[in-house]
Amino acid sequence: MARAIKIRTSIKDGVATVRCILRHPMETGFRIDPESNQLVPAHYIEQVFCHHNDELVLQCDWSRAVSKNPYLSFSFSGANAGDTIRISWRDNLGEENSSSVVMR
Amino acid sequence: MQRRGFLKTLAVCGALVLTGASSLLRTAFAATKRNKPAFSKADQVEALDSLFPGRTIEPSSAIDIGVHDLVENGAVVPLKINSTLPAIDSISILVEKNPNPLIAHFKLSPRCQAFIATRIKVQNPSMITAVVDSEGRLYSAQRFVEVIEGGCG
Repeated sequence: MARAIKIRTSIKDGVATVRCILRHPMETGFRIDPESNQLVPAHYIEQVFCHHNDELVLQCDWSRAVSKNPYLSFSFSGANAGDTIRISWRDNLGEENSSSVVMR
Repeated sequence: MQRRGFLKTLAVCGALVLTGASSLLRTAFAATKRNKPAFSKADQVEALDSLFPGRTIEPSSAIDIGVHDLVENGAVVPLKINSTLPAIDSISILVEKNPNPLIAHFKLSPRCQAFIATRIKVQNPSMITAVVDSEGRLYSAQRFVEVIEGGCG
């Protein structure tokens, strides 16, 4: 199975830039399945948490209108090579996922 | 002499309290619950009211919304928010003509740069609004986006 969260990081002058893609359908609940002609139930990420080592640096509260397989990029200061970035999410059905990388 | 000593002590205490308070503020960033009512509002003014109760928002030129003026596919609209405002607590994104205008609310730690990039869905040609909470005050900027094919279906 492909990894559910892809994370890329770079550090320049102590400022880290994080780019990530979270694999998720992000169904709005408005879409009609062309095969069954039924509405596809809403299924979307509600919250994303980004931790630098053990410190929360970014919290994202999302609606269903963030695109499918969401892309997110942000940057913060005080980062060093060897530090850990952890991205975790939770969706409206209670599913969760998280992934971490060591910055180089 | 005694008075001077007292004043000095007072000044040192004051400084300690100040640094203590600011370091507390800097570490006071903890996860919070998602504001569900704000996300379910169908009207942008109501959504903003629910997200920032009783607060006024003023237009600012210090917020930059990076988005194409004309988008072919509304399901994937790349969006970048940059700002030169200091001490940003949060960045919110709203699309006025979407069924629920509030798209995303980002809470930033004091260490974060004033920058967020993501991709959103835009149903109809619409005004996109970014609201930034800086030093306890709210600022906003707007950009109009033309969409050829809506992205919420």
